[in-house]
Amino acid sequence: MQGTLSRRLPSSVELFLRTVFARAYPRVIAQQREKSWMFFEVLLPMLAVSAYVFVYRAIGAPEAYVGFVVMGGAMTAFWMNVMWLMASQFFWEKEQGNLALYIIAPGSLMAILLGMALGGMLATVLRAAAIIALGILFFQVEFIVVSFWALFAAFILTMVALYGLGMMLSSLFLLLNREAWQLAELAQEPIYLFSGFYFPVRSLNFWMALTASIIPLTLGLDAMRQLTFSTGASLGFLDVRVELLGLVFLSVVFILAARLLLGYMERLAVREGRLTDRQR
Amino acid sequence: MSAPAFPATRALDRERLLPKIFRSFRTAAWLGWQIETNWVTDPFLFLVYAVAKPVAGAAILVTMYAVITGGNFEAPIFAYLYLGNAFYMYVGSVMTGVSWAVIDDRERYKMLKYVYIAPISYPFYLFGRGVARFVFGTLSVSITLLAGVTILNLPLDLAMVNWPMFFAALVLGVVMLAMMGLLLASITLLIANHVWFLGDTVAGALYIFSGAIFPLEVLPSWLRPVGYVMPLTYWLELIRRSLIGSVAEAFPALARFSDGQLFLILIGLTLAFGLLAVVAFRWCDHQARERGMIDMVTNY
Repeated sequence: MQGTLSRRLPSSVELFLRTVFARAYPRVIAQQREKSWMFFEVLLPMLAVSAYVFVYRAIGAPEAYVGFVVMGGAMTAFWMNVMWLMASQFFWEKEQGNLALYIIAPGSLMAILLGMALGGMLATVLRAAAIIALGILFFQVEFIVVSFWALFAAFILTMVALYGLGMMLSSLFLLLNREAWQLAELAQEPIYLFSGFYFPVRSLNFWMALTASIIPLTLGLDAMRQLTFSTGASLGFLDVRVELLGLVFLSVVFILAARLLLGYMERLAVREGRLTDRQR
Repeated sequence: MSAPAFPATRALDRERLLPKIFRSFRTAAWLGWQIETNWVTDPFLFLVYAVAKPVAGAAILVTMYAVITGGNFEAPIFAYLYLGNAFYMYVGSVMTGVSWAVIDDRERYKMLKYVYIAPISYPFYLFGRGVARFVFGTLSVSITLLAGVTILNLPLDLAMVNWPMFFAALVLGVVMLAMMGLLLASITLLIANHVWFLGDTVAGALYIFSGAIFPLEVLPSWLRPVGYVMPLTYWLELIRRSLIGSVAEAFPALARFSDGQLFLILIGLTLAFGLLAVVAFRWCDHQARERGMIDMVTNY
């Protein structure tokens, strides 16, 4: 009897993966209900990125900067995915009344968060790819990849660290109420500025750029620019190998911190009765 | 029995229309203000929120400009893009503010259906909800201009500003943006998913065509006509001319138009967009009721 029961229970890995899939599924399906999202979330952001390209053209910037804007614009899609579809999502789930259900379900909160991020990835990747395609076809941006492996490593490490940061931030959003929305909004333009989304981050003061490196996209974007543009290395902030090491460090720190903080904040939220508290 | 009473009822409704419009607008403005301001009790955090976002947005452009020109802030192109960017904040706040009310009421507070059955004028309710964001927009524009004058030597001399022209353009522009907001709100009524960033993305897309941060000559020739039919293009030009006349003279795209002609074009386009917004609202409102979309939320 006991053996039968234990065979029915999924292992922790299986449960983790099933939770990820279960949370990603409704996001993917919901996107198919109204195809208009492609226009609003893919086409229109392409136009917004173009505006920055034309600013550089208006002030006579070298063409490399056009490429920098296109790559920065593409990476904004990932930042938006992390902030809006993952970090602040627990606040939204609380508003919807789902948060308490997540807590009492056997799946881990990290798996739920990962499912949210992966579910939103379809739109995110499409948006980023569309912006890159716009750059190549419309603005003749030339990508000269120095090392595919280094580029792949830079992208993957950036994503791991970024989503680790998102999970860590989501623990804070567990406790927030209406201010969550405003705080997530605050994390857009200032981050675009300090992480150098539209210009090389070394243009900022060295210490400012180093401080901004706590956001994984600062180092990741700079490394990817160095690895994909002919003049990228001359405008880079740090050596690519140093930036990759920095990203490894950030990945480890953010994921461990996310795990600890999620557990702590969950206990705190339970103790203070905030899981179902909707102060509208 | 009831047929003779019907025209009288309509006449009575007409008499009550103005108070109804005023009441809808005033109540919605109060509600919008409460929603936008009472989420925080700490004034410092509120100030950071009000200031950080617009200043950071302007700082991105300033840094891009400084990196390329080595900090030549005296050039007319700098004043052109700085002023254009500052006043473009009104697009995000007014246009998005009006349309955002639909999303907020439907998705977040789940009260759109109750608003619909209340004895109010819904379009004027939407305009009222945009008032709070207009106030924040004004704060953001003022702070950005102040930073430009004090830190970046923006050549804005208050004694040289053509104030009547500035206020006339500003009022006309706000009306035009409110009508564009109504148009966006109408579309929002028919989209139950993925509407969260609709206002921001439309405002971001219009950034490119309105010549807000670069002269229209920079656009490819086949894209320029889009800029010429956008009321925002003429509005920003009038604002620039009223604040720093020499900036507008440095760029030929709209130099052939006198101030009066620009006003006439802006009035004409505002009326056209206003008419379009009213027609679109009536159609979308009807469709949303027919299809049962008034209280349909994301992931329905």
